[in-house]
Amino acid sequence: MVKVFQAADATDLVTELRRSFDDGVTRGYEWRVTQLKKLLLICDNHEPEIVSALHDDLGKPELESSVYEVALLRNSINLAVKQLKDWMAPDKAKTSLTTFPASAEIVYEPLGVVLVISAWNYPFLLSIDPVIGAISAGNAVVLKPSELAPASSSLLAKLLEQYLDSSAVRVVEGAVIETTLLLEQKWDKIFYTGSSRIGRIIMMAAAKHLTPVVLELGGKSPVVIDSDTNLKITAKRIIAGKWGCNNGQACISPDYILTTKEFSPKVIDALKQELEAFYGKNPMESKDMSRIVNSNHFDRLSKMLEEKEVSDKIVYGGQKNRDKLKIAPTILVDVPLDSQIMSEEIFGPLLPIITLNNLEECFDVIRSRPKPLAAYLFTQNQKLKERFALTVSAGGIVVNDIAVHLAVPTLPFGGVGESGMGSYHGKFSFDAFSHKKAVLYKSFIGDAAIRYPPYSTGKLRLLKALVNSNILEIFRVILGLS
Amino acid sequence: MEAMKETVDQSLREMRDTFASGRTRSVKWRKTQLEAIIEMVKDNEDKMCDVLFQDLGKHSIEAFRDELGFVMRSATTALNSLDKWVVPRKSNLPLLFYPATGKVISEPYGTVLVLSSWNFPISLSLDPMIGAISAGNTVLLKASELSPNASALLAKTIPSYLDNKAIKVIEGGPDVATILLQHQWDKIFFTGSPRIGKIIMAAAAEHLTPVTLELGGKCPTIIDHHSVSKDMKSVVKRISGGKWGSCSGQACISVDYILVEQSFASSLIEMFKPVIRSFFGENPKESGCVARIVTKKHFQRLSRLLNDPRVQASIVYGGSMDEEKLYVEPTILLNPPLDSEIMNEEIFGPVLPIITLRDIQESIGFIKSKPKPLAIYAFTMDEKLKTRILSETSSGSVTFNDVMIQYMCDALPFGGVGESGMGRYHGKYSFECFSHEKAIMEGSLAMDLEARYPPWNNFKLTFIRLAFREAYFKLVLLMLGLKR
Repeated sequence: MVKVFQAADATDLVTELRRSFDDGVTRGYEWRVTQLKKLLLICDNHEPEIVSALHDDLGKPELESSVYEVALLRNSINLAVKQLKDWMAPDKAKTSLTTFPASAEIVYEPLGVVLVISAWNYPFLLSIDPVIGAISAGNAVVLKPSELAPASSSLLAKLLEQYLDSSAVRVVEGAVIETTLLLEQKWDKIFYTGSSRIGRIIMMAAAKHLTPVVLELGGKSPVVIDSDTNLKITAKRIIAGKWGCNNGQACISPDYILTTKEFSPKVIDALKQELEAFYGKNPMESKDMSRIVNSNHFDRLSKMLEEKEVSDKIVYGGQKNRDKLKIAPTILVDVPLDSQIMSEEIFGPLLPIITLNNLEECFDVIRSRPKPLAAYLFTQNQKLKERFALTVSAGGIVVNDIAVHLAVPTLPFGGVGESGMGSYHGKFSFDAFSHKKAVLYKSFIGDAAIRYPPYSTGKLRLLKALVNSNILEIFRVILGLS
Repeated sequence: MEAMKETVDQSLREMRDTFASGRTRSVKWRKTQLEAIIEMVKDNEDKMCDVLFQDLGKHSIEAFRDELGFVMRSATTALNSLDKWVVPRKSNLPLLFYPATGKVISEPYGTVLVLSSWNFPISLSLDPMIGAISAGNTVLLKASELSPNASALLAKTIPSYLDNKAIKVIEGGPDVATILLQHQWDKIFFTGSPRIGKIIMAAAAEHLTPVTLELGGKCPTIIDHHSVSKDMKSVVKRISGGKWGSCSGQACISVDYILVEQSFASSLIEMFKPVIRSFFGENPKESGCVARIVTKKHFQRLSRLLNDPRVQASIVYGGSMDEEKLYVEPTILLNPPLDSEIMNEEIFGPVLPIITLRDIQESIGFIKSKPKPLAIYAFTMDEKLKTRILSETSSGSVTFNDVMIQYMCDALPFGGVGESGMGRYHGKYSFECFSHEKAIMEGSLAMDLEARYPPWNNFKLTFIRLAFREAYFKLVLLMLGLKR
């Protein structure tokens, strides 16, 4: 009989983890590295089970599971283990004449007890990657995986309990009720991956306790295709980044394409050609794509396709099978800009192409929508690249490729505006779960009388000189010459 | 109110249009604004000292040291560093991604809101604005209505020095703040109390607006009298100067209470008395060097804290109050009850409780039992104690052997943790505070790896596995057909 998670359980959980944290369990380098290495063991010893759970939950092909979840996690853990000593070391800071004689540094300290709420589309990656950050930074952590990927959620619960120190790392499975109970507690940080709608709810709950948050949300990531690009490679990369990544159900999935009216037919042809090369003439039978996660999302996507003025814009695909939760890779051209499919994040295998008279117009189209998590551009035009990078506001920009920036640990991964706040990956994960404490060391040498009342004109002059770091003036005042 | 709503709508529209035009992105524009801020403060130094005297009774030296001088230096630093700050940072990419390149550029959030506090109304308004402007944002300032003269001066002066289609000032109290918070901002910067901080963050949540909250707390000061005995006079001077010489204890980083060993307590109190007299004379009220309490409401709050009979009984120095002049004498308490209000809320006034412990090591546990403060001060030369303080307590910052000056060190981030706030600023951190760090990655269309694409097979799977592990040698073997 499964015990129901109640309010008292949430309180007890946080109390227990806080005690562990206060006792110093998670602070030491040894503990952190040991936990990270245990996570590595999970990847090494249980990959087949992980692949199987992901197949159960999402129909995810083995390669995607192995590469985009397990391998990425392995890399993330290895990097943390390798760099942790460096990351934990204080940073020296420069002091100035006004604070002389003093030395200063920035000390990294864990925030305490943190909550990680992850999503259903990359349930292992999006659960463990933030946990890697939390542990490296020395926190105690509670993970709440998504209930929409139940096999993954229960495997995560089982493996983390088996391998990690349960006095400081715990998994709570559940849905809205359990999440709400958790959110009522006071956390030292909340890390959430999911939708903008829930992101608001998380931040509002966090506000009650002044808990800082990282919100990794989503948006409609546009792909702008210039006519000077290598179309074959462009098409392949878009397909691999869209249908090849959980069948379009990813936060940085190419959501829609912007290209010129003139170039559009070539783009469509290239996509059709490569889609067939990747998935064959019968993509509904291909085993190389995830299925739609559940019937709710299937119906949501169906509705998008069935909308008036949209259904007649399909130029490729459009087949659906509700029993198998499959929708074929579908391309549409020039659906109305206010249609559902162009108003909300698609998160599925549908790819609208919006054609423009002039590629220039892409900037206005993108700017008229909420800021996305990623924006993509395919071009050889250096000026266009620079203008795009400078003026398109998105979490991250990728030129001439799709989604790869997610795998680069030296680039901060996060959103802006509706697509989120905060970032992680590599050292950014460590920073996300740390407080950078400023420390100033002062000695008793040199106690300037100018600091203290009673105040006088001479003191004011010296003060002004100090503020202007005007050495000459300082000497003159001290020597009474000013 | 309708008129105010209209004003806010209009202002926001104008600021957004200005931002969209790209004008604030240019480094030249930003520098011009920063220079204008310096000029504005220089030209209006006397007027600013006047309003600070009117609103808070600040002496002009205090005004210059804590506010005007500070702002000018902050703007100068930004001016001198801006060219460096705006340069994109190259990121090293793993070999796997060759020949792709990566970098991070700092992009302004857009249109930001700065809500400042009444205790340092000039610097807490202009300093965040310096950050917002350096980062290329348009900004709206609402200063506190509790420092009305400073607020009015800023509202009047800023438009004649700064680009008023990009930088605006609105005056008003909570009702104006409420209207402002109903709108979507790209960032909100708030300085004030934790209670209001929660309201700000909740309002920001509606629009997914990132926030920096500079809040407060009870900043403890540990005096390890064993290790600083020969410098004790300096210790007392520094604490006194910091507590009573800066807005009369009404500062977020003010020394809130002292922790010291029982055996030294009475000597300590005896050392404070002559120092206070030397700073403020026999009658501090007449010295002109003690700021007054900002409003009657705050005066009454402090009154209430002191009127608790058990707290009254603990007064060992000072204690006199003058409601008409909004004056509270520099006051020292010895061991007020730990459950009294004065020991459980941020004092924000010229009252200094001394709490005694049997052993100074107990100070760690004492501090940990309270919410995380903005600053911890510790006077000690004992390296072991320093280490314990650093590793066992948590606070925005820690300063050893002085008070308040961490504020002046702009190489250090200034901000809180837990109840004392989130986010930080000063120096380069101000620029970062108002910037979105955008990752830019550029791939090459020249080279392409077949293994990246479906249909999947074992070869591709092995290839990618090896590539991810950066097992390049094995990868080469695989490609040469020499590896299974």
